[in-house]
Formats: sequence, C-alpha cells, structure tokens
Amino acid sequence: MITKQELGVLGDLAQLSLDPESRDSTLRAINEVLELVAIMNTAECEGVKPLAHPLEAEQLLRSDKVTEVNQVAKFSQAAPLFKEGLYLVPKVIE
Amino acid sequence: MNLNNATITELHKLLTDKAISATELTQHFLSRIAENDSEINSFITITPEVAIEEAKAADLVLAKGQHTMLTGIPMAHKDIFCIEDIRTTAGSKMLANFIAPYTSTCIEKLRHAGTVTLGKTNMDEFAMGSSNESSYFGPVHNPWDKTKVPGGSSGGSAASLAACLCVASTGTDTGGSIRQPASMCGLTGLKPTYGRISRWGMIAFASSLDQAGCFTRTAEDAAILLEHMAGHDSKDSTSLNLAVPEFTAALSEPLAGLKVGICSDYFKEGLEPEVENLVMDGIKELAKMGAEVVEIELPHTKFSLSAYYVIAPAECSANLSRYDGVRYGYRCKDPENLEDLYKRSRSEGFGSEVKKRIMVGAFALSAGYYDAYYRKAQQLRRLIKNDFVSAFEQVDVIVGPTAPGTAFPLGAKTNDPVSMYLQDIYTIAASLAGVPAISIPVGLSKGMPVGLQLIGNYLEEAKLLRVAHQFQQQTNWHQQQPQSNLL
Repeated sequence: MITKQELGVLGDLAQLSLDPESRDSTLRAINEVLELVAIMNTAECEGVKPLAHPLEAEQLLRSDKVTEVNQVAKFSQAAPLFKEGLYLVPKVIE
Repeated sequence: MNLNNATITELHKLLTDKAISATELTQHFLSRIAENDSEINSFITITPEVAIEEAKAADLVLAKGQHTMLTGIPMAHKDIFCIEDIRTTAGSKMLANFIAPYTSTCIEKLRHAGTVTLGKTNMDEFAMGSSNESSYFGPVHNPWDKTKVPGGSSGGSAASLAACLCVASTGTDTGGSIRQPASMCGLTGLKPTYGRISRWGMIAFASSLDQAGCFTRTAEDAAILLEHMAGHDSKDSTSLNLAVPEFTAALSEPLAGLKVGICSDYFKEGLEPEVENLVMDGIKELAKMGAEVVEIELPHTKFSLSAYYVIAPAECSANLSRYDGVRYGYRCKDPENLEDLYKRSRSEGFGSEVKKRIMVGAFALSAGYYDAYYRKAQQLRRLIKNDFVSAFEQVDVIVGPTAPGTAFPLGAKTNDPVSMYLQDIYTIAASLAGVPAISIPVGLSKGMPVGLQLIGNYLEEAKLLRVAHQFQQQTNWHQQQPQSNLL
C-alpha cells in the first residue's frame, strides 16, 4: 500500500500532477491494484530466472550505417511548436 | 448474396467473377458506416477518399488478374496503427490531432495485398481497458445490445465488424484485447504468437506483450489475413525471423487424433454458469469430431492477473514517457517552465486509467520495490510459460472460456477497476507466455454471444486455425447476427 506522500513522489517520477480533488480517488485506485497483485507474494520463485521475452529472443545488432533519410520537415509538422529547425520549449537557463 | 456479412472468401469470388467491383463494394460499406455508426461509435476517423482511391486501384489489379485473396476487401483498422497522412489517435486526447508521418508494417502489408482502408476504429485509450469506455472519443456500443459494451480494448474493431460496417478488421492484443471483444461481439478473434506480426508503427502500450491480430467472421478468413500480416521486419527487433507458413493449407484436415486440454483453473468461481455450459458444449462438439479431451494442469495460471498488472503498467510507464508535449502530441497552454510543460501536458492529455497505470508502473520500477514487484512478476511469467511448455507436451490445444461472462452494461464496471481487470482473467496467461490463441463463437447466453478460447503452442497458429475452422464447419454460431443487422 502506498501513502499520500508516496503518491506525490510517484507523480514526480511519472511527470504527472494530481489535482487535489482526484488525489484520494487516485490513491485508492492504485492501492486496489497493489492489493490485486499482492497474491504474487504467495508464489515461490526462489532461483527462477526472470523472463523478459516470451521466445527468449536477444537484442539484434545492426551495422552502424545510416539507413533512413532525414525527414525533419515531415516529422516536425507534428510538433506543437517548431521553428527554424528547433523544437521550442520554455526557457531552461536564465 | 448479402454483402453485409459476407466473408473474405465469398467476396473474393464475387470480385474475381466481376459480379461486383471493389469500388462498388467499398461504396456499400462506406454507406453502411454513414447510416449506422452514429449509434455504435465504432470509428474515430472514416477515410472515404482514401478508400475509394484504393478501391479503384484494386479494380485495376483485378482487371489485370494480378490479385491476391485480399484485393478489394474493405477493412477497418484499430486506431493504434499508424497510417501515413491519416489521423492516428490511440483513443487519446494526447494524440487527438496527430497525423502519422509513416505507415505501420502490418498495415503496409495489408495494403500491399490490396485491401481497402475504410477508416480507423475506436479503442480504449492507449489500449488500456476491457470495455472501450476509456476512449477520449466516447464509448463504443455493442451491436448485439447497444446498452452494453463491446469489450476492449479493440472494441471499435469488433463492433464495426459485428455491425457489418467492414469485412474484417485489425486489432491488438496485450492481455486479451482481441479475444475478449471477439467473444462479446460474436466474432473470430486471433492473437498470433508474440513476434509473428511486426509491431513497427503500432503505438506501444506494453512492448513485450503487444501483438497485432485480426477480427473476422470465420477462421478461414483469419488464416487468409494472417498469411499477409505475418513476417519478419528488420524494423522490429522482436519480430520473428521465420518463414510465414501457408495457414490456409491445413484447414480442411479433420480433428481425429487431436488432443484437447482442459484446465480446471479456467472453470472456477466467477465464470457465469451459462457461459460454462456453452463452453462445455463446445468441448463436447470437439470430442464428437474426433478430438480426445485430456485434463491438464497450469498451476501458475492463478498468478497471471497479478503478474500482468505489474509487467504491463511497468512497460506502459516507460513507453508513455515519450509523450512530453515537445515533439508531438498534446501540449498544455502557456507553460510556466519545462517541468510545468511536461507535467501539465501529460496530466491534461492522458485519461485517468492511463495515468493510474503509469503511476503503478513507476511504483513497480522504483528503487526499493523493483525486486518485490517487477522482478517477481517476470519470474512468475517464466513459471507461467513453463506451464504451457509442459502442457503442450501432452496436448495439441488448450480449450476454455474466453471471458467470464457476456457483454455487460455500459458503466457497470467503470467504478470497479478490479472487476474490469477480471474480464481478462482467461486471456492473460497466453499473453504472458506469448503463445497464440483464438476466440470463436460458441453460443448465445440470454441473446448475447459467448466465446470459446483455443490456445496453441508457439508458432502453431495453423493448428489453432484448423481446429477453429473444423468447429465452424459443424456449428453455425459464427453465422449468428445481431438483431439490429437484420432490420
């Protein structure tokens, strides 16, 4: 179970802000999920190797070659704010 | 022939016999969407111009005799697949205005085979849900009873086919998102082996679980589609580098000698009695067809739901970190600083279910909890996989219910997330193990469809499809229609 304080930390980790009205319901909902998954604690897993990929596939290596053309003009059309080749964000350094 | 509920095979014959053109067929389904979808809300975006252009091209290919089985077949695609120059939303406010700059491999292959794109279908936001009620674009209504959900997350794809607004549709299945809506809408829904179909261009939810698949009226149609959707893709490092079998080749082989496994864990408390009876009737039908029914054990299946609700949120938390209001997607108004930009864009752009899962995932991956949650869930995942490996040494397929009940009323479970999560209790184990599975109609309970789930061994989709096809040769549940389609 997590506390209200831990919920604030999670919000920071996940880059999500929680408005005061939804804090209690969010906390309750997260704790319901954690209660649901608590059954895992009854399973004996000593020495079991975690499974990351169902078919045990390994990350493939590719040769270090350019395979894509630069499509900045096309991709930047989806950007909320893009000017002179730059994705614009609020000023970071004064 | 009634075009509305015709199969790919039947329409292919009409098209190649020149009884109808691809353009006429496309016009027919575009008209049906225009007339009927306002009550179902199965489409987020309809693409009539694209559809007509593709249909005209299909007619030229048909005239030259260079067609495939899919040339001129009108399809609907889950709005999780990027299609170049078409809005792709993933059912989220975050991507409500996102025009995809490229096309996913899966859809590219279907288009290459000559299919026609009718539009993009509604879905739970970022595929997180089992009722299609978490979509930013509103809930989808089940054509069998418009007061009920169609299942999720691929609810729009299922409902559009059940309402005869397309001939087949694509979906994705992370924990049951094709099989459960197929069950609730009376359709055939296939989730292939993990890695069988490329994930490139498919908006990610939980990358080690996400798998593309399809909704069709018959197993034969699913086999035809899979032959065109499957195959290695160098752009997806998890894509299997294996030849694509001819899935339609073995469909007609009888079931004599086939061993069908049933597991008592799939018939426990929570399963509606009428659903259980229909599933048992379906198993008896398989036995009548020559299959031998064998009891098997999957001792770690009971941990599937808990392992899934750690692994899937963990991967979602990582995958959805890319939505930051900078490169694409929703951006909040007048951010005060960079942190405000990130936090408010994400908080305003994501719905409540997505935010909850991101935070559960962030918790499971955080320092001090990683071993107890994420690592433990991945260990359980191996044990669940090992159960299937052992089971498939004894049997050819495993049979059971797809979902614990039929479609439920809209709003009935929105305030009870655990009850909603239990909808996927029978589908999640196959997702965690990465084995293929299919849901086929097995009857009606109080007028609503019930699905029979068949789970196969790794890469044995051909066997699964053969069992499903043979079942559909002996039963007519897959031909049942919602009353509203008959009006």
